Amino acid sequence: MSVLEHKLPDDQETASDMIQYVTVVIGGQLFGLPISQVHDVFVPESVTRVPKSAPEVQGVLNLRGRIVTAINMRRRLHLPPLKDGQMMAVGIEYKQESYGLVIDTVGEVLTLPSASAEPNPSNLDRRWAEISGGVHRLEGQLMVILDVDRLLGSMFTEPMAAA
Amino acid sequence: MDDLLREFITETNESLDVVDVELVKFEQEPNNATILDNIFRLVHTIKGTCGFLGLPRLEGIAHAAETLMGKFRDGAPVTQEAVSLILISIDQIKEILNELESAEGEEPEGDDSELIGKLENMSAKADAAMAGGGEEEAPAAEAVEDAPAEEPAAAAAEVEPDINVPDQALERPLRPGEVSLDELERAFQETEIEVEVAEPELIDVDEAHDEVEDIEPEPAPAAAAPKAEAKAKTEVKDAKDPEKKKGGGVSNQSIRVAVDTLEHLMTMVSELVLTRNQLLEIVRRHEDSEFKVPLQRLSNVTAELQEGVMATRMQPIGNAWQKLPRIVRDLSQELEKPIDLEMIGADTELDRQVLEMIKDPLTHMVRNSADHGLERPEDRRAAGKPEKGTITLAAYHEGGHIIIEVRDDGKGIDVDRVKAKVVERGLASEAEVDKMTDAQIHKFIFAAGFSTAAKVTSVSGRGVGMDVVRNNIELIGGTVDLRSTAGKGSSFIIKIPLTLAIVSTLIVEASGDRFAIPQLSVVELVRVQTNSEHRIERIKDTPVLRLRNKLLPLVHLSQLLDIYEGEDVEKAIDSDNGFIVVMQVGSQTFGVVVDGVFHTEEIVVKPMSTMLRALDMFSGNTILGDGSVIMIIDPNGIASAMASHASSAVAENQEDEQEDLQRKAMTGQNAISLLLFRAGAPEPKAVPLSLVTRLEEFEVSKIERSNGRDLVQYRGALMPLVYVNEGDCHKTEGTQPMLVFSDAGRSMGLVVDEIVDIVEDRMNIEVGSERPGILGSAVVKERATEIIDLGFYLPQAFEDWFMRKEMDIASLTKKVLFVDDSSFFRNMLTPVLKAAGYDVTTCVGPQQAFELLENGDKFHAIVSDIEMPEINGFEFCESLRRDPRFRNIPVLALSSMVTPASIERGRQAGFDDYVAKFDRPGLIAALKDVFSGEMGAAA
Repeated sequence: MSVLEHKLPDDQETASDMIQYVTVVIGGQLFGLPISQVHDVFVPESVTRVPKSAPEVQGVLNLRGRIVTAINMRRRLHLPPLKDGQMMAVGIEYKQESYGLVIDTVGEVLTLPSASAEPNPSNLDRRWAEISGGVHRLEGQLMVILDVDRLLGSMFTEPMAAA
Repeated sequence: MDDLLREFITETNESLDVVDVELVKFEQEPNNATILDNIFRLVHTIKGTCGFLGLPRLEGIAHAAETLMGKFRDGAPVTQEAVSLILISIDQIKEILNELESAEGEEPEGDDSELIGKLENMSAKADAAMAGGGEEEAPAAEAVEDAPAEEPAAAAAEVEPDINVPDQALERPLRPGEVSLDELERAFQETEIEVEVAEPELIDVDEAHDEVEDIEPEPAPAAAAPKAEAKAKTEVKDAKDPEKKKGGGVSNQSIRVAVDTLEHLMTMVSELVLTRNQLLEIVRRHEDSEFKVPLQRLSNVTAELQEGVMATRMQPIGNAWQKLPRIVRDLSQELEKPIDLEMIGADTELDRQVLEMIKDPLTHMVRNSADHGLERPEDRRAAGKPEKGTITLAAYHEGGHIIIEVRDDGKGIDVDRVKAKVVERGLASEAEVDKMTDAQIHKFIFAAGFSTAAKVTSVSGRGVGMDVVRNNIELIGGTVDLRSTAGKGSSFIIKIPLTLAIVSTLIVEASGDRFAIPQLSVVELVRVQTNSEHRIERIKDTPVLRLRNKLLPLVHLSQLLDIYEGEDVEKAIDSDNGFIVVMQVGSQTFGVVVDGVFHTEEIVVKPMSTMLRALDMFSGNTILGDGSVIMIIDPNGIASAMASHASSAVAENQEDEQEDLQRKAMTGQNAISLLLFRAGAPEPKAVPLSLVTRLEEFEVSKIERSNGRDLVQYRGALMPLVYVNEGDCHKTEGTQPMLVFSDAGRSMGLVVDEIVDIVEDRMNIEVGSERPGILGSAVVKERATEIIDLGFYLPQAFEDWFMRKEMDIASLTKKVLFVDDSSFFRNMLTPVLKAAGYDVTTCVGPQQAFELLENGDKFHAIVSDIEMPEINGFEFCESLRRDPRFRNIPVLALSSMVTPASIERGRQAGFDDYVAKFDRPGLIAALKDVFSGEMGAAA
């Protein structure tokens, strides 16, 4: 696990206070994922849907021989589906498993000081606040930090199987 | 940890497992020198290696145990006590080994002097017994048991080899092949050989113990000699062992490979298989490809490689059984039941992974058989069976599976007790249980938290057993079945796949998606076509297939998986076209209808991501030859979903069911949900659940009193509380349950003592009531229950409940005629209609309605029930429509039977709308609709 996944990693603090984010756009809103968690960016194709799964699970797909669970971020954030245009996906690892976050578009990589992150505004939609690790004020817009642990962790409704 | 130590631990653990088994065997046949030799050698090796590696604790115990075993070899009687002691030592060694392993080679601190002391004591006793036996001219085992205490003592004092010569009856037959022992030992041997063999009998532990203790002080000097012998012998053995090993030769032909290496190899081969499949798929698309021939070779090589790697993972099932003899022995003592464990087919091979997974379930089942299955010896005798119970373990191949059977010859499963327990636990109702076959009853053994053992023993009876067993077995794609005959015994039959890694599956399609069904559970495929001999028939809406004189319940795969895209799920099954995959899971057979069947494919199961693992419909997923991901159906999940979909007993109940359906259709008496509660009196009261808006509990402190009545603040408004009987009062502490009824923004809380249950039942008011607030009494859940008249209580909360709307629409008050033969519904819905501001007139049937209409009574709308005797609602409406006077009155149908067909029938009959009987808001809305439409027309 990357040190970046912890809120305030000690060694990170001493090395530099900067965190690199991969920015993505979901429903017009800018989100940032710590770059260390992003393994790849790909176009989700031939996704096999999984009957009876949670609505935000778009399905499973084959990414270079690995089976990746695709999570539709628009559905996760209770946004209407994208009308047209190609969706993109960001591949991440969580607990040794591969997941793909299906988003609208991928933006640039931003290097931001970790200190400038602000906590979630208290009036943020509870469903958003649940997966947001804070907000960065950028010029002209705000970037919501996606907290991958919380995002995926909250989707394990049942305790992990002992097996 | 260095490699040497690691290897030592692995090897020693293996040896110890063997020692465990051999010791138990040895206890049963103490005369078998080969077994003893074997044990001796193993323990000795352990001791030697420990000394070499500098593990003093282990060495100490192993040495003491070895000494004691040396005594056996020299002819000391084999007592149960002694064997137990050695077993304990083995356990201790294992424990130290485990700690050693986790501590990375550090031998744990600890004191074994007590254990070693015991072992030494026992050795001394063994010496004494040996010596005593010699003097007594009796078989040692018996000697110790029978001889008075003084005699062995005396004998010990006078030990002399010559005297022993004729008397050493205690010995087991000697190892004829044994060579190069020292002279003293040889002398012993010679004397022993001449002696006739004693009956090997286990002596009574306590008695022997006492007696041996008595003689302890005296034999001390004598004991020294045999000890020395043992030492000497050990040394000789030392020399002999390496030779033996070399002679064995087997070890030279096998090498130890770390499991990880094999696992990795297996994964790589699996990937190779996938890639091959992918290539084959490509070549299949390009007809004359030059790749064809080399690919064929690659394919063959891959197949062989796969087989080869699989073979490395195969282990005889005996490995999983190794611990069982020991367990059975211990159980046998603990439960005081003599038990024989028979093992058949221990060399049947199966995948390592599978083996690991079934170890624990098997152990549990054997424990269960010993504890619950086998009777006490006295009961067995009474039943005319041998006192010694037998547990049989059998393993064999059958098709692509391995069958493992755990069988006991005990009393079988007590169906009545299981039944009682099932009902007690609420797993099924008594009526349901009565209808079940014995086999179905037996299945409950596997239900969670189920145990029929009257009391919890340390062995079993905690009820966390068999369901865990079943889960574990199902986890590896296996099934477990149970057969039991009362008085004869029961047997559990486990069916597991040979390997987990690669599964042969059938690829099918449903609603445009492909799914893989493991071949293991597919019995056959049936093609249904017009004019073919197989066709899908329906009982009401339940599709079934007639297949070789059996009725097979059918369900469409897309229906099971909730992916049907059409309008009506019932129509998913096309009666004239389709494929039926006949599946068998356990004893349940059913047909899954699919849209298409492609081919079979060997697939490598990849586990599902943790997020999706909770879906019990799928056991995993995989990548197909064409690169797409496919979900693998879990037959067990399908079976349980099927069970909730269609009764597996369709065949048996088919006629009853049809009758039942007809009767239901005739009377229209569908079951409705009733909320049962208690208020003011112990007898239950009920109200249709659909009339209740909410069930709430309020802190008593929240109940306020104002203007002479109780109120609570509820959703930003004050809600008056109403009591069922006047003068009742709410609880004084804790929380107060109540039923909340809301209508048009107003709420009322009906205070109750306790909410009892929600039941589905038919409601027949059999005894009417004159008491206000009670409609009458009906039988609900086999108890007389008072049905509450809501219309009585609503005005108590707000006096104007039924009037307030009339005020604003006073001029618009509509007269509504309500026709229903059931007094309950008349009583129930009249207040509802009144509350909505209508002037309601009721009548009990179309006849009366016609009379009223003929008399010139004017109504703005008619609401009519459908299911009525003599003239039904459809006919009533049709005749209304025929009469020009009434042609334009809006007529609403009100029925408990709401199906697309009946709605259509209603429309044809001329109804303006069709409303479900318990849909109060729907009824009000429909009335509003017809009136607004009418008004619009009038304007």
